[in-house]
Amino acid sequence: MAKAQVNPTRMELTRLKKKLTTAIRGHKLLKDKRDELMRQFLDLVRENKTLREKVEQGILSANKNFVLARSTMQEEVLKVSLLAPKQEVYLEASRKNVMSVDIPQFDYHTKTPDINDIYSYGFAFTSSDLDDAVLSLQEILPDMLRLAQIEKSCQLMAAEIEKTRRRVNALEHVMIPELKENIKFIVMKLDENERSTQIRLMKVKDMMLEKAHHYSEKE
Amino acid sequence: MYKVAVIGDRDSIYGFGALGLDTYPVTDREEGARLIKTLAEGQYGVIYITESLQAELEAEIDKYMTSYLPAIISIPGVSGNTGSGMRNVKKSVERAVGSDIIFNND
Repeated sequence: MAKAQVNPTRMELTRLKKKLTTAIRGHKLLKDKRDELMRQFLDLVRENKTLREKVEQGILSANKNFVLARSTMQEEVLKVSLLAPKQEVYLEASRKNVMSVDIPQFDYHTKTPDINDIYSYGFAFTSSDLDDAVLSLQEILPDMLRLAQIEKSCQLMAAEIEKTRRRVNALEHVMIPELKENIKFIVMKLDENERSTQIRLMKVKDMMLEKAHHYSEKE
Repeated sequence: MYKVAVIGDRDSIYGFGALGLDTYPVTDREEGARLIKTLAEGQYGVIYITESLQAELEAEIDKYMTSYLPAIISIPGVSGNTGSGMRNVKKSVERAVGSDIIFNND
């Protein structure tokens, strides 16, 4: 491959060998990271799936209740009754580090502890279907927030896994074979040099002996 | 301290207002794109978006896919479940694993 640019020197050989050890070590670590991330990701994504089914089901039935409420109430009354909500939801997000991926952990609390504060209207002019609808949404809210946390974690981990996988593959299929090939090339070249020096020395020795003792003339 | 926003067509989201989430009714695409940008830069940790709007704003939402916050999560609107929420989960599986092994092409 990139053999043409390699200097066949001992210094280069040491450098490449060091690089290869680092590459192999890095490859092993990244592979472990990938496997562990994958294991956690699969658990998370399974939970994501069941949670999403549950939330979608919940929202669907809540929407049905809202349609019912709308059918028995005037549009203006409905608008006015939900115009000024009493309740507010605050979210506390902390970071959790999973294999160098920061995933959010949500913790939510409401402005008032009273559960009945979700009804922001008087009961005199609204239909009871609206109460049902709001309540059914309220029941699904904890799951919705949990879904947000898990789905975001899944997205973040998927991105990290993709990145790690590419790195592992690049090391395994490009970097390491290339380094090995270069090291082999240098070793061969150095051996070849050594042999040729040896031969040259033997040849020189022969010539010197010949000059000193005149072997060929004595025969 | 973060807040939670819900955006989409008015009929799908007005109920969430009663629970204390901030609702932002959006009708057209441009408005939605602008809104997502301002909400994401604001103090919103989670943004729920109806599936129909999410389908239109895919490019804008994908930008926030790999950032820590906000989490942009699609929910079914009043017009019914289009399955695009599940498709997103599937997409991240495919991204991580290389092929879909959880949903077994359903």
